[in-house]
Amino acid sequence: MEAASLPGGDRGILSRSPLARLPDRALKYGLTALAALILALIVYFFVRLVGQARPAFAKEGVFGFVFGNDWNVSAEHFGALPLLLGTLITSALALLIGVPVAVATAIYATELCPLRLRAPLTVLVELLAAVPSVVYGLWGIFFLAPKLQGSEQWVADRLSFIPFIGGGLVTIPNYFITGLVLAIMILPIVSAISREVMSTVPADHKEAALGLGATRWEMIRIAVLPYCRSGIVGGAMLGLGRAIGETIAVTILIGDAPKLGDHLFAQGYSLAAVIANEFGEAQGVHRSALFAAGLVLFVLTLLVNGAARLLVLRAARGTSSAAGKQTSGPTTLLADATAGA
Amino acid sequence: MSANATSSDRLARFALSPARRRKDRFARAGVLAATAIALVPLALIVYYLLRKGLGAWSTSFFTTDPTGNTFFGGSSIGGIKSAILGTIEIVALASAIAVPIGIGVAVWLVEYGKSSWFAQTVRFFVDVLTGVPSIVFGLFVYIVLVVGTGSTYAGYKGSIALALLMLPVVIRSAEVILLLVPAALRESALALGAPRWRVIFNIVLPTALPGMVTGVLLAVARAAGETAPLLFTADATLKTNFNLGGFMNSLPVQIYKDVTSPTTAVVNRAWGAALTLVVMILLLNLVARLISRRSRLA
Repeated sequence: MEAASLPGGDRGILSRSPLARLPDRALKYGLTALAALILALIVYFFVRLVGQARPAFAKEGVFGFVFGNDWNVSAEHFGALPLLLGTLITSALALLIGVPVAVATAIYATELCPLRLRAPLTVLVELLAAVPSVVYGLWGIFFLAPKLQGSEQWVADRLSFIPFIGGGLVTIPNYFITGLVLAIMILPIVSAISREVMSTVPADHKEAALGLGATRWEMIRIAVLPYCRSGIVGGAMLGLGRAIGETIAVTILIGDAPKLGDHLFAQGYSLAAVIANEFGEAQGVHRSALFAAGLVLFVLTLLVNGAARLLVLRAARGTSSAAGKQTSGPTTLLADATAGA
Repeated sequence: MSANATSSDRLARFALSPARRRKDRFARAGVLAATAIALVPLALIVYYLLRKGLGAWSTSFFTTDPTGNTFFGGSSIGGIKSAILGTIEIVALASAIAVPIGIGVAVWLVEYGKSSWFAQTVRFFVDVLTGVPSIVFGLFVYIVLVVGTGSTYAGYKGSIALALLMLPVVIRSAEVILLLVPAALRESALALGAPRWRVIFNIVLPTALPGMVTGVLLAVARAAGETAPLLFTADATLKTNFNLGGFMNSLPVQIYKDVTSPTTAVVNRAWGAALTLVVMILLLNLVARLISRRSRLA
């Protein structure tokens, strides 16, 4: 009886009127719709991309398109294998050169360098991420490639007995120089993630190793590196994803030979580069083939990034509970690292 | 004498063998050398950008549009005014699209979605977006807005491509900062009777603002340097254009086109434009770092 005489009718004393609850509801459903929109957008894009790529797949067959070793626009043959291999060769080179250097900088910054040098060193490495891709291309083609051509030729001559590496004539745009510049470009992200993961190694582990008489380097090898292995591998995979998707620098540096170069210092082509170069004047099946190339690129980066994220997540999950950092959960660790790079 | 000998014998048992010491020295020197090697490209890039770029800079470089007339070289090739303005316009619109949506999704993830399966799915797809190559975003926008509408390139289409690129960076960085807002702040506001939306707008967002600005500026800096998504969405003019519905030039695209030119003067224009672009991006990064240093969170 008492409750019924309250001004709000039969509402409880603490609940709001339906009108006052309206903005709350609107915000909640509005934001949920926004989040759902992102999902819908990605699915929609994927479907449309497949739709545009279909004529090329219909002509060559999915298998024939991906593994056909013949990209000939005038004859309307679209086999993307030379492009796919170009992408894979340059990305593999980037990993081979970039990851050891990136991990070394991370080790130096977290374990060996004087405390005062740590912040400036980190900033300098991250500055590499601020340089736009087209500037890397410009610098690579006008400075790095001409300067290194002589040494590349020297190496190619000395290693002529190894198939695919040496023996040929070094051109200014080539696979090797592309891989080298890509290595510089992925350095900041691989280094940032390695640093993040290394900073989560519990001090106990390191002190235990040192207390048992290990040298600095032995401590790094037995306490730090095994603890961070999957995190570093994940960081390297994220770098691989970057290298695979990198477009403009590669387009400038790899040349535009739509066939598989016969050695490491020859011109080639990559999936991303062929799109950037040929899309403007492409018509009909050719254009559809470029969409198909984009789809292959999309799926490739999806697989690589998915694997990378799983690894980094697992590494972070294993460490974040041990390190007791309540603020940075496994996902934020990664987001932090990728947003900063 | 003999006592001294035994104590040094005892110490010798703990001393490093020469082989281990050598290995340690060698490995540490290797790590130091690799770190030095990592900084060499940065030094070389900065040096060459300054040397070549400053040589191309002049007042007319910033106040004239590039011309198609590249045959005679010299001053007849023009400057990069339209490219600078185009980049600013395209990136500004891209930010206007990506920032509200990105922060909205981040707020939803932190305040409503939390760790529900739907929120996890959204997080996963946002991560997927982070990994999508920038040229693929260009293809998406081309399919939907150029083929789909049967029209041609336009500045705002480039903005949308860049906005897609910025979106995941904005969402993830904003989410990280929003998670750092102390739960006690939210709870006190709720306990005082504030409705949820007031808590979000009056407590959570103002607290997180400086940190979110940092993430946004880093996303803007990333978008400003992108070439690939603009190639077949916005490009195709040399003139200054203030209408985002028309063709629009931009710094990265201008550089990309000038790189392939056989004329030295045009390549020099590319260096000048590259220095301009890098300076713009570094300024954004610098401001982002300064703001994040002043933020109370993180």
